[in-house]
Amino acid sequence: MPKQSPIPDDFDRPFYDACNEDRLVIQFCAMCSRYQFPPRRACVNCTNVNLAWQQVSGRGRIQSRVVVYDTPTSTLIPDQPFNVATIALEEEPDVTMFSHLPGVPVDEVPIGAQVEVIFEATPATGQKVPEWRVVG
Amino acid sequence: MPIPNTPFSWHRNKENLGIWHGRGKVAATGVGTSPTARRWDEKPETSMGALTLAAIRKAIDDAGIRPSDIDGIVLTPESTTGVTNDPNTPPPEGWDKVFKMVDYPQAGITRGDIDWVLLNMPELSNVQFKMYGTGCMSVAFTTTAEAIARGHTHTCLVVRGWHNLAGRYYVGQGAAALDTASGPFKYGAWGTPACSTAAFPFEEYCRKYGKTHDMMAAFVVEQRRNGLMNPDGFYSQHRPEMITVEDYLAGRWIAKPANIYDNDLPVQAALAVVMTTAERAKDHKPKPAYVLTHAQTRPETQGVTPSLESWERLSDKMGRMLYEGSGLQPEDLDFENMYDGFTLFHQFHLEGLRFASRGEKRGYALDLYQTDISIEGPNPVSPSGGNSGNGRTRWWNHRDSILQIQGRSPSQIKKPANNGVSGAHMPHFCDSLIWSSSPD
Repeated sequence: MPKQSPIPDDFDRPFYDACNEDRLVIQFCAMCSRYQFPPRRACVNCTNVNLAWQQVSGRGRIQSRVVVYDTPTSTLIPDQPFNVATIALEEEPDVTMFSHLPGVPVDEVPIGAQVEVIFEATPATGQKVPEWRVVG
Repeated sequence: MPIPNTPFSWHRNKENLGIWHGRGKVAATGVGTSPTARRWDEKPETSMGALTLAAIRKAIDDAGIRPSDIDGIVLTPESTTGVTNDPNTPPPEGWDKVFKMVDYPQAGITRGDIDWVLLNMPELSNVQFKMYGTGCMSVAFTTTAEAIARGHTHTCLVVRGWHNLAGRYYVGQGAAALDTASGPFKYGAWGTPACSTAAFPFEEYCRKYGKTHDMMAAFVVEQRRNGLMNPDGFYSQHRPEMITVEDYLAGRWIAKPANIYDNDLPVQAALAVVMTTAERAKDHKPKPAYVLTHAQTRPETQGVTPSLESWERLSDKMGRMLYEGSGLQPEDLDFENMYDGFTLFHQFHLEGLRFASRGEKRGYALDLYQTDISIEGPNPVSPSGGNSGNGRTRWWNHRDSILQIQGRSPSQIKKPANNGVSGAHMPHFCDSLIWSSSPD
């Protein structure tokens, strides 16, 4: 689906550069041993600002879903209705990402199913972003 | 010197803080509500700023005091959560003939501004304490309660206006219209409407507890009924038609399981409330609605959107903090007026408070909705009608809690309203207060 192309900045460039190399890299707080996404200036738990970028497995489970019938995003309106799922990462299920679950029919999202990351190029700039596909 | 925001040290966002130091020493008295409109017609006299000034005058008049008695103002500057004007957009023609201007050109149009209010209300001649309670009027209420309890102000206005410009609130507007995404929008470039924030955890909730979206109909219909009793609400003023369960079930999906009735309607409106010390409240015209405590939750979300687990954990924490700070128990609450915009998260607040619980901790609210939750019944749920029944403001619930305690709500609950609670907005980012007819 034709997502908007994210424009990386100096702060989140490690995440987006890794996406372009087909690697999933997110922030990790060594003080409290927690991951987080989206990137933030500090740990949401302990406010530690010295966060590391760590590669994670790219495996997860489908936590929840919606079916979007009225998106605000102009580039996605022609594809309505479409699935959006939340993906809980294997390393830490409290860390979630969005997915359109390419290939999964609308309103047939298998909650709890295992997924793995893929990387999708966005049309405007070619910047890759994480997507997820059901395993098996 | 810039007007400060609420200091973090004023938050009560931890447990084991004990009874609130201001318990029963602060009260709300006068309430002023502006007329409502669906959108701004670009006339100065119907602007968000004009509505704000009208609400302030009504609140002062309602309190039975003089403008010069006011020595503080706490205002929420944001006046929309949708797409709005660029901050440098000049005001419309004729604006400067009606209002005095401050340096910020959108003051009074798309942003509330304390200096603009004071410049255009010179009768507020004794205001010494000024503070912004940002993001939500709930923050302005808890900030004011704390400011009075700490002795920074003795008679303080709490103020928030809302504007709604032409065009759709989000769809195809601003950043959503571009083929690139910058800033925080870029992490959510999957096209989710705002109500998805509530729809994701609601979907999890239904799966966990075996509930359905259809069960929300009873709550949403009751919200509209309560809202239509309010002569100041948008629906009672402009669309006074009741909705039915069938209407709700036929509502078009926005982000399934959230439909159009689960989303609140953006409007123009303003509210002002006079808060004061318990001692001074005795000299005000309305009966005091005492504050027994306040509390905050703030985002701890590790992921891209809140989960069921995080909303249950944080709304449970809110309940525990409110009961600890007030000394009350769930069974002491005569009504609850927690936030509902979006409707799908109201039950998280309600269950965190254990409101009308018969020993259940979680997963009971949608069953409660199928019982008598009316203002006439034993468990009045959201008697204000909330955003769902009145239009999007995030303050109908607080306003009505004050009026309920004062015994003059247009949707007054049948049983005595001695203690009630109101709070907004979402379970992971919420300021709440417990109101009481007694300071003791």
